[in-house]
Amino acid sequence: MLSNTGITLVILTTLLSALIIYKSFTELHIENNFINKKIFNLVTFQTTFSILSFFVLIAGFVISDFSLINVYENSHTKKPFFYKVSGAWGSHEGSLLLWINILVIFSFLFLVFTKHNNKSYLLYTLIFQNFLILGFLIFLLINSNPFSKIYPIPIEGLGLNPILQDPALAIHPPLLYIGFVGSSIYFSAGIASLISNCRDKFFAKSIKPWVLISWSFQTLGITAGSIWAYYELGWGGFWFWDPVENASLMPWFVITALMHSVIVLEKRNSIYSWVIILCLLTFTISVTGTFLVRSGILNSVHTFANDPSRGLYILIFLSLMIFLALAAFFRYSKKEEYNFLLKSKETLILANNWFMFFFLTSVMIGTLYPIILEVLNDTKISVGPPFYSAVIFPFVIPFLIFMAIGPKINWIKNKYSRILSNFYILIASIFLNLLVYFIFGKYSIISNLIIISSIFLIIHSIKDFFIFFKKKNESDISRIVSHLGFGMLILFIGISHNFTVENDFNLKVGEEKKFSGYQINFNSVRMENEKNYKKIIGEFKLVNLKSNLEEILYPEIRIYDQPETLTYEASIKTKLSADTYLTMSNISRSDYYNIKFQNKPFMIWIWISAILIASGGFIRLIKIKMQ
Amino acid sequence: MKKNLLKIIISVLAIFIIGTFYVSLKKTEIYDTKNLVGTNLDNFELNSLNKNLKINQELVKKSQYTLINFWASWCAPCRAEHKYLINLKRNAKNLKLIGINFKDEKKNANKFLSEFGDPYHYSAADSEGKVSINFGVYGIPESILVNNDLKIIKKFIGPLNQEEYTSILSLTN
Repeated sequence: MLSNTGITLVILTTLLSALIIYKSFTELHIENNFINKKIFNLVTFQTTFSILSFFVLIAGFVISDFSLINVYENSHTKKPFFYKVSGAWGSHEGSLLLWINILVIFSFLFLVFTKHNNKSYLLYTLIFQNFLILGFLIFLLINSNPFSKIYPIPIEGLGLNPILQDPALAIHPPLLYIGFVGSSIYFSAGIASLISNCRDKFFAKSIKPWVLISWSFQTLGITAGSIWAYYELGWGGFWFWDPVENASLMPWFVITALMHSVIVLEKRNSIYSWVIILCLLTFTISVTGTFLVRSGILNSVHTFANDPSRGLYILIFLSLMIFLALAAFFRYSKKEEYNFLLKSKETLILANNWFMFFFLTSVMIGTLYPIILEVLNDTKISVGPPFYSAVIFPFVIPFLIFMAIGPKINWIKNKYSRILSNFYILIASIFLNLLVYFIFGKYSIISNLIIISSIFLIIHSIKDFFIFFKKKNESDISRIVSHLGFGMLILFIGISHNFTVENDFNLKVGEEKKFSGYQINFNSVRMENEKNYKKIIGEFKLVNLKSNLEEILYPEIRIYDQPETLTYEASIKTKLSADTYLTMSNISRSDYYNIKFQNKPFMIWIWISAILIASGGFIRLIKIKMQ
Repeated sequence: MKKNLLKIIISVLAIFIIGTFYVSLKKTEIYDTKNLVGTNLDNFELNSLNKNLKINQELVKKSQYTLINFWASWCAPCRAEHKYLINLKRNAKNLKLIGINFKDEKKNANKFLSEFGDPYHYSAADSEGKVSINFGVYGIPESILVNNDLKIIKKFIGPLNQEEYTSILSLTN
């Protein structure tokens, strides 16, 4: 029943997409300034059907309708309600339907909210967006149908991979998808702008809100993924430079570059071609990332669902997109004059682009080079954290300094006072760095420089904050918030990276262990039954011998029935100053448990900083809305 | 002219990347361990974990059957399968066990073996995990059963269980 409803809705959406493309083409030849009301109606219907189909899938999960293969494979009656709902996008098929929904919703919103009198620009955007929608719908129907039936109907489902049952991961795909897939709208708009000759300022104005929305959500999405890795994977890290993480980071670099370049295009009517390249690149790289993750080319801890036959379809689609973009760009781009001074604010905004492209290239090489090498030479290499630390970290230092000084370059007219104030801030940063040095202990020169430059950016941002409250017009609060967030992010990553206390040992109940300022007592273990798993809970007393603070930690070993899996839940005590992190794993045929302990300073501030970065984007969006 | 050259370069680059993806898409099948069964083991060479000894395909040729097991001290499921390995060493007559210690530290590996017992006739260290990749290992524990012609008879992904244990036992005895 649900299966038929779902498939009908998807097919209706597909037909409507084709109809919208057809109608838009005919509408292009009618010479007036209004878009036919019919097209609006079609898009509204398309959006409604698409959203309904997604609700049907969610309903299937909520009522545990195991006549759907997708529900059978990814859900279970005993699963908590929240994870039943999130199970709807936990599988490849479901997440593809979510992907299509976002494509459709963005297309609808773009059409409704863009106040633009260039009719052909809007129509072309709609046409290209619907080609994308159509492509993914066909993929869904022929290869990854979430509404496929199974007969005889199973009584019970297989369950969702327990490692995916986590609140941060439940919201991770929707957030990330709004970011990734949201970028499709300015991919379409970019090509439309080339063809319809609607360029420069107007173009920049029309895509800016969408760039901000997708950037902010993508930032949050990556953060949620990282939080999940930290709490759930149980390794105590939050970023592993894993190929799949890199696949989400690469579009973020391009989007960030685009967000800065759009400002230049809007203010100066310059670098139009570059902005177009970035628009086209963002979505292309997002789809490339999806291809790499979903095809199974990359072997990674994150690939929970992959299948090479899907890869082929995405690859064909990706190639079509790339060549469409290249053809449109080569055919319609014009030579431009660059007319701004080297010392202007715009040049410094573009400095952001240089850094972003450097980071992008480094991460891209680290991710793609092993694949290329394997094809050409049949050798397998793995590129890990040391590569990224060596290549990226040193360049973070000038990047932070540019972020601090760049935005203000033409405001303070008096050169002398400018240099002097920068000098004071630098001195203050070095002093604070020394403080860090004395509190925590020794660390490398690069780390020193990174911490100094991040403090430099933080002080600059705080100073700007006060200037903003004095003279509201002269300064841009959204930029200050995001830059402050970034400075803090690097500072706290630096501190937690250098000063994490770590120890790994075996203990049995009743024993204690002393090491580098801590004492751990293993008090007891007990067993409890939960709705869909059993758990073994250990009770540990942790004493900080320096401050005499005592804490009780309860790490768990969870035994899931469906599918039968063991997961290790870390016990994490989060404080503003540090996280204490303890996992235990059982050792078979032994009373001993393997204990991993970590004390990670300022962990929570890493998430706060990342959220601060994203909120800068939302603030800018609210400002645009108010204007 | 200059612009045309740019067009060509960018297009070639795009084709190259797409081509690479295509080829590796076809290649991913080699990771599918089902296809490895029946094929011959590639030559390999690893240092012994503790002794001054090279561990390579020659050792495999010497015994009628060899079970190559990939493990690490940090891997929890490896602890679960450990008892089956110990029992195999004890009960399987024509079987030698080679343990390949995957991305691990020697100190931890030896601690693990002294605590739970050493089920292996030979222990090799693959501290960077590079050689193991050539065996088609993509997560540990994994085990490969090979005969003296270096032919892969069976492959076990994940920890060995009772059923697999008895099947190995009946096959090799």
